[in-house]
Amino acid sequence: MMASLAPPSNPSRNLVTNPRTKAPFQIAKTHPISDLLLPFRSIHTQLKLSTGTTSEKRLTTAQAVSERVEEGTTMAQGGENVKLLGAWASPFVIRTRIALNLKGVDYEFLEEVFGVKSELLLESNPVYKKIPVLIHDGKPVCESMIIVQYIDEVWATKAPAILPADPYDRALHRFWAYYVDDKLFPSVSAISRAQTEEAKAEAMEQVFAGLKLLEEAFQKCSKGKGFFGGDTIGYVDIALGCILAWLKATENMTGIKFFDEAKTPLLAQWVERFCANDAVRGVMPETDKMVEFAKMLQAKFKAAASAK
Amino acid sequence: MATAEKGVALLDVWVSPFGQRCRIALAEKAVEYEYSEQNLADKSPLLLKVNPIHKKIPVLIHDGKPVCESMIIVQYIDEVWATKAPAILPADPYDRALHRFWAYYVDDKLFPSVSAISRAQTEEAKAEAMEQVFAGLKLLEEAFQKCSKGKGFFGGDTIGYVDIALGCILAWLKATENMTGIKFFDEAKTPLLAQWVERFCANDAVRGVVPETDKMVEFAKMLQAKFKAAASAK
Repeated sequence: MMASLAPPSNPSRNLVTNPRTKAPFQIAKTHPISDLLLPFRSIHTQLKLSTGTTSEKRLTTAQAVSERVEEGTTMAQGGENVKLLGAWASPFVIRTRIALNLKGVDYEFLEEVFGVKSELLLESNPVYKKIPVLIHDGKPVCESMIIVQYIDEVWATKAPAILPADPYDRALHRFWAYYVDDKLFPSVSAISRAQTEEAKAEAMEQVFAGLKLLEEAFQKCSKGKGFFGGDTIGYVDIALGCILAWLKATENMTGIKFFDEAKTPLLAQWVERFCANDAVRGVMPETDKMVEFAKMLQAKFKAAASAK
Repeated sequence: MATAEKGVALLDVWVSPFGQRCRIALAEKAVEYEYSEQNLADKSPLLLKVNPIHKKIPVLIHDGKPVCESMIIVQYIDEVWATKAPAILPADPYDRALHRFWAYYVDDKLFPSVSAISRAQTEEAKAEAMEQVFAGLKLLEEAFQKCSKGKGFFGGDTIGYVDIALGCILAWLKATENMTGIKFFDEAKTPLLAQWVERFCANDAVRGVVPETDKMVEFAKMLQAKFKAAASAK
């Protein structure tokens, strides 16, 4: 029995060292569940780990977890084992990472390979088969804003609160987050999908109309402070802000200026403030990477369209 | 009118399943409110004022402040009247996430597939739409098992978030069964849901606010006639 739980022999894993003790870090020792999940981890992630291109975040997680295991401390509040199935480019995944960062929750990021759905993903989200999926103590939570609320509730004692305390304000924030998903994001996608200049112009009009509404929403929700959530990043900030890397890439590629100081001054300032925030900076993709990704998607889209 | 300063008002339309969600939640919490039937063909200035973005019902107006979107209203009711039993969302964060997921699924996948039946122009399209609905109900049967933990509702002993999200469509489904002969809730295919349907419809919070089947049939026929007229006018 123990033999089957032993980590597969992989000497290259010794490239990952514990920065504190300088000892080789055995991934398998993080948590028994990791052993069970190893076969499910995507090849991509295994390769990443073995080539030592472990991100800072992963090392921090690994270090923190290894220290806890070595010191034998009890589980942190809300359990220790937090994994996130996701992909660097996905705005929906970014939402959940911002929420985890806000709460200072350590987690293991399991990057899905583009175009390939891992066994773990299919098992954890059989209904939609989509990322992000948060797996907490082995139990999956799906749908980005549901995950964000879950994070807010599990780590409720950790500031900041993501949703406000007052029921009316909560309803207001939920309304605007819903608006972002229901109306704004589809209108942003419509720009990319537009086949004619006319269709593109119309899609852009929709986006600008939506941003104008969100400018008013900002005024209502922020109550004079720097975020929809007030002094700190909140529910609507997360819902909307996750798309900023994509919008910046689109601005870069098309010359469209989405956040105009003249049209939506509050939002224009909010964009800078949001992107500079600690909880956001590490997980917001850089514009040139997004441009590269967008071009790759465009090429695929064109190829698929002409193949028909 | 309660729309002014104090009190609770609901702008709604009697046939709307989304409106029914709010009515059921208000009944569960025994909240007194003023019901205001709206005319969607000629929207009132009040409706346009309180929901300028979507211009839709239901809208809950509480002490003059509007809340829009049915499941957001349901959560609002649950939170404002949190001290009144029963709780609509469960207490545990994981269970809450589960209930929110299935309510989202109902709006995102199930209800659109139900609408697709009515909109289907050919027998083929209709059969396909029905397949989608049955597949969805099968998933919800499994969801019921997970959420109910052996009790009578998704919410356990009492009507909860998913019960409200899903149950509001039952009047419409019963009318459709009546008119088409399709049996949506088959004891053989989805036994838990089939029993849940009877239990839900018999519940006190539901009985007073859900339209009767024959009234729904009448309404559905009227809609069908309109739809056909519009289609042939093109």
